[in-house]
Amino acid sequence: MNRVVITGIGIYSCLGKDLETVKESLFQGRSGIVLDAGRKAFGYRSGLTGWVDRPELKGLLDRRSRLMMPEQAEYAYMSTREALALAKMDPDYLEANEVGLLFGNDSSAKPVVEATDIIREKKDTMLVGSGSVFQTMNSTVNMNLATIFRLKGVNFSISAACASGSHAIGVGYSFIRSGMQDAVICGGAQEINLYAMGNFDAIAAFSVRENDPTRASRPFDRDRDGLVPSGGAATVILESLESAQRRGAPILGEVLGYGFSSNGAHISNPSVEGPTRSLQMALRDAGLSPKDIGYINAHATSTPAGDASEAKAIHSVFGECHTPVSSTKGMTGHECWMAGASEIVYSMLMMQHGFLAPNINFENPDDDSAKLNIVTNAINKNFNIFLSNSFGFGGTNSSLIVRKWE
Amino acid sequence: MEIKEIIQKTNAFLADEFEVSPESITPEADLKATLELDSLDYIDLVVAIENNFGFKVKPEDFQGIVTFQDFYNYVIERVKQKELV
Repeated sequence: MNRVVITGIGIYSCLGKDLETVKESLFQGRSGIVLDAGRKAFGYRSGLTGWVDRPELKGLLDRRSRLMMPEQAEYAYMSTREALALAKMDPDYLEANEVGLLFGNDSSAKPVVEATDIIREKKDTMLVGSGSVFQTMNSTVNMNLATIFRLKGVNFSISAACASGSHAIGVGYSFIRSGMQDAVICGGAQEINLYAMGNFDAIAAFSVRENDPTRASRPFDRDRDGLVPSGGAATVILESLESAQRRGAPILGEVLGYGFSSNGAHISNPSVEGPTRSLQMALRDAGLSPKDIGYINAHATSTPAGDASEAKAIHSVFGECHTPVSSTKGMTGHECWMAGASEIVYSMLMMQHGFLAPNINFENPDDDSAKLNIVTNAINKNFNIFLSNSFGFGGTNSSLIVRKWE
Repeated sequence: MEIKEIIQKTNAFLADEFEVSPESITPEADLKATLELDSLDYIDLVVAIENNFGFKVKPEDFQGIVTFQDFYNYVIERVKQKELV
């Protein structure tokens, strides 16, 4: 079995468009949430959203490449550029080696809506243009990045709702551990546009605290009233230890464990039992006990039921370990398909720089969150191992454990 | 629409859509080579024509078009047909 290390990370999110800016935002407890008037006009129950501008890619990519990319692929291109540079993987290396690509993505709404509108109006499919088909498919991030970076290894997308990004890293870890790949670029990407979240808003999942956008996402807080959608992209480059050492690549961390489970129950109602099994499996896989974990980055999205279930699951496994817990979604909102990857990046930044980012807006616990050690302000603290949870509709659960490389 | 205006409009959208310098577009230049058109680009050419002149093009209409002058002639003819309707 190969040991699996992290040699590159990259981020493009509502907390910043590069690692340095995001690190500062995490430490400062800065929120990336805004009220988007366009959503209200469009018919959303809640106009709250995380916000990140689309990157200007003219000058970075040729016209043909740009035509194929929906916004989440653009974000993923930016985060992957940053991660590849950090990992010292240049075009020559990518050309000569079978580097894989596993990205989490579970929608591409805007290109689908826009193409359908054109066909309805013009009664001619050709008028959607040549880029549309490549933008609309769920694998759009993979097909774009694999083409742009000329990747030659494993290449497919992971769709697992809000656990997509986490499972992408877990599956990449499995490929490398088994020896089937030496290096895999993993990540998650999430569109933010007006069309992306209307049906999610429809089921009253979103916070309506519109008069106070930066305080709307309040994971584990007694007065939480729903999640705030958000997006962007995050990239985590995994590599076998042997490959990283052979290349002289910077080693940032080691993935020690991956746990997963399916609730086998309701499509949207959370469970305690499913996430508990995922947590336990990750610990078993890593050969660790709960007391070894220095920080838990919770999935907690600020929904009443979801946060309560996760608090119960964490407490059932970690008991009286008093492990520090925070959900960075208080700042970012719920980055959905991207969240499992971005939260590895956020936790890596904390671990590298010796601090715990706060679970902002946690003011009063409820009966379940009162049993957890929730971090309310940034704390300067060194830790060596963290665990990150991600759960999604359909009852899919993923937990990852990462250790600092020293 | 005057022929001069049609040509100016055509040159402008071709340079913009395919990101080439306006100076590279001359009547005798090769359309495919200058715009670096591949099979997918012809779809975008159909879209650009529809957006700019409001008529639909069949991909087979491009057969026989080699130079920009050939392309102008085709567009001019279609615009004139449209104006007659």
